[in-house]
Amino acid sequence: MTTTALPRSSITDDIAKTATLSPWQLAWRRFRKHKMALISLGGLIVIFLYVFFGGALFARGLCDPTGVFVTGEAYANCNDTSIKLQPPSQAHFFGTDTIGRDILARTIYGGQISLSIGILAAIVEVLVGVLVGAIAGYYGGWLDDVLMRVTEAMLIIPSLFLLIVLAKVLNGKIPEMEILGRTLSGSVIVIIFVIGFTSWMYLARIVRANVLSLKELDFISASRALGVSDSRIIFRHLLPNTIAPIIVSATLGVSSSISSEAYVSFLGLGVQTPTASWGNMLDGSVKYIQSAPWLWFFPGLLILLTVLCINFVGDGLRDALDPRSTKHL
Amino acid sequence: MVNYILRRLAQSIPQLILISLMLFILMQAFGDPIASLGVRTPPKPADRVRLRRQLGLDQPVYVQYFVWLAGNDWMMIDMDGDGVGETPGKRRGVLRGDLGNSLTNKRPVIELITERLPNTLLLMGVVEVVIIIISLSLGAYSAVRQYSLFDTVVTGLSFVGFSMPIFLIALLSMYLFSVSFKEWGLPYLPTVGMFDPQVGKTPGQIALHMVLPVLSLSIISIAGYSRYVRSSMLEVLGLDYIRTARAKGLREIFVIRRHALKNAILPFVTLIGLDIPFLLAGAIVTESIFAWPGTGRLFVEHIALSDYPVLMGILMMTGIAVIIFQLLTDIAYSYLDPRIRIG
Repeated sequence: MTTTALPRSSITDDIAKTATLSPWQLAWRRFRKHKMALISLGGLIVIFLYVFFGGALFARGLCDPTGVFVTGEAYANCNDTSIKLQPPSQAHFFGTDTIGRDILARTIYGGQISLSIGILAAIVEVLVGVLVGAIAGYYGGWLDDVLMRVTEAMLIIPSLFLLIVLAKVLNGKIPEMEILGRTLSGSVIVIIFVIGFTSWMYLARIVRANVLSLKELDFISASRALGVSDSRIIFRHLLPNTIAPIIVSATLGVSSSISSEAYVSFLGLGVQTPTASWGNMLDGSVKYIQSAPWLWFFPGLLILLTVLCINFVGDGLRDALDPRSTKHL
Repeated sequence: MVNYILRRLAQSIPQLILISLMLFILMQAFGDPIASLGVRTPPKPADRVRLRRQLGLDQPVYVQYFVWLAGNDWMMIDMDGDGVGETPGKRRGVLRGDLGNSLTNKRPVIELITERLPNTLLLMGVVEVVIIIISLSLGAYSAVRQYSLFDTVVTGLSFVGFSMPIFLIALLSMYLFSVSFKEWGLPYLPTVGMFDPQVGKTPGQIALHMVLPVLSLSIISIAGYSRYVRSSMLEVLGLDYIRTARAKGLREIFVIRRHALKNAILPFVTLIGLDIPFLLAGAIVTESIFAWPGTGRLFVEHIALSDYPVLMGILMMTGIAVIIFQLLTDIAYSYLDPRIRIG
């Protein structure tokens, strides 16, 4: 038996290669192994391109009652009741809605709103969740008691109920405003905060649990002995060590915020027209289930694809950032 | 055990009071419930003032909350507006089981809820049974046949199902099983209501009307749970005692059912108990779409009316249900897994 041409062990190869990699590079290598996450990342890029640059391609045409040629969001909001409820055709690829607006253009501009709500609401969620969790875990005592009792109290009521109540309270309280050259219904801002404020509880509990165990470690005692300030310990030492669950929650927060927006808008309490969102395009479509399925099919499909892609990416991130974590899905 | 249950229940009381206070204050910002009565809003301002006084809406928030919580039957309230209380109060307060009266139709909230609750419970019960049976069999089978075609298909579908918003499942299934089946001349399913008024409220009719709501409510959970069962089943199948059982020459079906599945479903119990709130929330959308006369739809109807006693009633019932299910989950878990002792 000869032992000459044994291939080099791939394990030692890996060790040799990974020795110089940063934790982020390591995470990226693990992420790349998750095929569906990679494909979904590509899918997300396509959806973003469609939503943020598709307007230039598809949103232009005559706004008929006035006979003016319009482009951009004006086209998406242009209603012409003489062409209402038309099935998909050459002129309107996705058909027209109940008051004759082009659904393709509305999925583009509605998508901008839905994606922005998803991302911004997830940011609000992470800010509140991390802050509450870190403060409760780090300071302990009565502050911990108060914050955790509020968290638990909010967890008793399913968040969709809270979401509806808060949305109803703030509905119409914020006027229309102009942001980045677009006139937005105030309801967009309302929905961002409402979703953020009703979804932070799980993240707060995760962060608190992590901070509780981390703060007993020697390096934190050392920092404290050196006289490092509390805020510096929290933001520079504790939170970076619990970044993995925060990133995963933030990613999944985007997809759940997009569905939450769709739920409340579907019930008529979310983003108010004429501003389109994927959710409010579905509002009332149940009446047209038979006569005009294109009303709900295209926005519904976009919501599904976006949420699916984000969930896969989140799954990939969980594997990549925390290899020890048990997979629930 | 009894001690543990009592302690847990005692702990939940402050939580319920805290959340009810938060919700109550929020609901004061709903806007004037009198104004949203529609045609029944009294046209004269003086009448509106009197109505507000009769309903107790002229009181400060903390007084209203206190009356809601503890009632006002021990004090005299001012009905005629002269600043002196002369009419004895009638409310007994939530703490004594009186959820107040609806602002819009004056009926006791408890009556409105108990009218709708059986319908929601029926729907939830069937959904829960369907979820447990299907996700257990799907999960266990994909674990036993790991990486087979079946497993791959189920895995893919479950990811899609998990990302589906309920309303999309509802709309798609309505379109397929009702609209398309009708067009193709196949027997089709009804989409709205609980029974066909022409046939009457027979069990057959209710079952038929339940198919689509149950489908929409259960798909998301089935998708999530079957993954979970699969992974915990895989974990258990790799353990030594399974190999021992096989080595003893036990039939495979016995090994899977009696030995593996029994242990694999332990964490599943927790999952189901804790996911009840999500089902309740899902019921809001499902009941609205399918016009199912349950509490979720009652909530949506009364949100539009700013009828806060009804909304508070539903929310408190939901909160209590969630707490009870959490407790039942813990008890069931300790019963199923003797290693875990609570107390």
